[in-house]
Amino acid sequence: MESYANAFVVLLNFLIIPGLAYGSQLALGALGVTIIYSVLRFSNFAHGEAMSFGAMFTILTTWLFQSWGWHLGPLPTAIIALPVGCLVTVIFLLGTDKLVYQFYRKQKAAPVIYMIASVGVVFVMNGIIRFIIGPRDQSFADGARFIFTARDFKEWFGLSESLALRSTTVITIVTAIIVVAIVFWFLNKTRTGKSMRAYSDNEDLALLSGIDPDKVVRVAWIITAILATVAGTLYGLDKSYKPFTYLQLLLPIFAAAIVGGVGNPVGAIVGGLVIAFSEIAVTFAYTKVIAYTLPEFMHVDGLAQLLSTDYKFAVSFVILVVVLLIKPTGIMGGKTI
Amino acid sequence: MSFLIGENMTGGYGGADILTNCTIGVEKGEIAVIVGPNGAGKSTAMKAIFGMLNLREGKIMMDGEDIGALTPQARVHKGMGFVPQTNNVFTSMTVEENLEMGAYIREDDISSTIAQVYELFPILKEKRLQPAGELSGGQRQQVAVGRALMTQPKVLMLDEPTAGVSPIVMDELFDRIIEVARTGIAILMVEQNAKQALNIADKGYVLVQGENRFTDTGKALMENPEVRKSFLGG
Repeated sequence: MESYANAFVVLLNFLIIPGLAYGSQLALGALGVTIIYSVLRFSNFAHGEAMSFGAMFTILTTWLFQSWGWHLGPLPTAIIALPVGCLVTVIFLLGTDKLVYQFYRKQKAAPVIYMIASVGVVFVMNGIIRFIIGPRDQSFADGARFIFTARDFKEWFGLSESLALRSTTVITIVTAIIVVAIVFWFLNKTRTGKSMRAYSDNEDLALLSGIDPDKVVRVAWIITAILATVAGTLYGLDKSYKPFTYLQLLLPIFAAAIVGGVGNPVGAIVGGLVIAFSEIAVTFAYTKVIAYTLPEFMHVDGLAQLLSTDYKFAVSFVILVVVLLIKPTGIMGGKTI
Repeated sequence: MSFLIGENMTGGYGGADILTNCTIGVEKGEIAVIVGPNGAGKSTAMKAIFGMLNLREGKIMMDGEDIGALTPQARVHKGMGFVPQTNNVFTSMTVEENLEMGAYIREDDISSTIAQVYELFPILKEKRLQPAGELSGGQRQQVAVGRALMTQPKVLMLDEPTAGVSPIVMDELFDRIIEVARTGIAILMVEQNAKQALNIADKGYVLVQGENRFTDTGKALMENPEVRKSFLGG
């Protein structure tokens, strides 16, 4: 019995909890991608940079607050800096829309043209970010590092395997739940939120009903900017902030949005969790779990990984291809790309 | 002069003219029906009145005011309701949300209007929490008409409201449309089912190649042997 408990603790510590945290980050990112896709009808490749940009301004504000001696006790100072980061990103994305995408909207350009324009935005934003904060790793996490440490856990339960719960993990999951709940409430209960869904569902009929397309687009960018900043900051807190990782993060985020069903907010959450858990489960070293649960003759000496961690990003692609082949509208049913 | 009238409308979608000197009008509380063979410009005439098409000549007057220069959205504000032929509901949203979106331009309390729509279409009240995309064709048309009624329009324009529904549902829809007209709303509709539509029409317009061929009361058109022979199948 104890060996099963040990196996479960190993899974919890290295697979389930990290999967939930990573899944929350992907879900927040995918939600932003999905909102832009359903309102502006293009795949916004600049979303990763928006996350990076938002995280960067949150970090700069965090440093400012830290220099003023502001602290949140056990919580990271970044939490109070987050609203400032959101605000700057909202202004920046609205500016990008005015400067770049509005032009193509007037031309009634095809989605692929927007997409290519968004790639241009990626390079510009990338440059701006490197110019401001530089290409190196930045650390900005402060406050308590652990809710409980591996030693605490051992003292409580006396198992040979142990579990440590990092505070950033809990903050990531809790913040993601709160933000997602607010976004869903907004989309389903408020008049503006419903008008966004109406616009995404049937643009012509929305115009006939007197829904203002400019307002819908504006609100979509505002929500996306907030989601991107929160997702980027949480990712930075959980791992560390490095500008170029966000471009790589774009792959699993798009995979999450498409796997869940692009244009479907619930799908973004489901997709985020599916991608995160698959990535971690496939690259997880099962040696210990096997040792605890299976009879001795089946034990292995190696890592018992299905794939080396280097192939992490390949996992999202494989899932993406399989979903597109079998169910192109995604798990929860969205639009076909 | 009619309450709403498109007078001597001439124009098309940019190329050759589809409408030539076409006049269509409707009075408050009346039903006007546009019928005619395929490609006669029936829907085009209605879209022209709603401002979805640039006219080269002619004018659109509502309540004595020239509204020819207004966008379709502005005409909705003036009191026009339009039900397109296809894609006329928000399929992913519930029936009630569809009605709420219909009333988007209104700032006042819409609950009494929603109640009126439910009274007119009781089935919608039953299905109010279901996505409109899951409803049958006839029910969807009811949602579409209900959505357009939410602005409390003075004129309701319907583009083939009975396209693709069964004859029984068609009769029921026509009954409802008569009820709407009785509340004092002017109704202008384009119909493929010419016989049934002319039966309920106060006024009928037979269009051929974008021109008025016959204009009379619905009853007179039904009795006109030439109309019967050419358009109503004898």
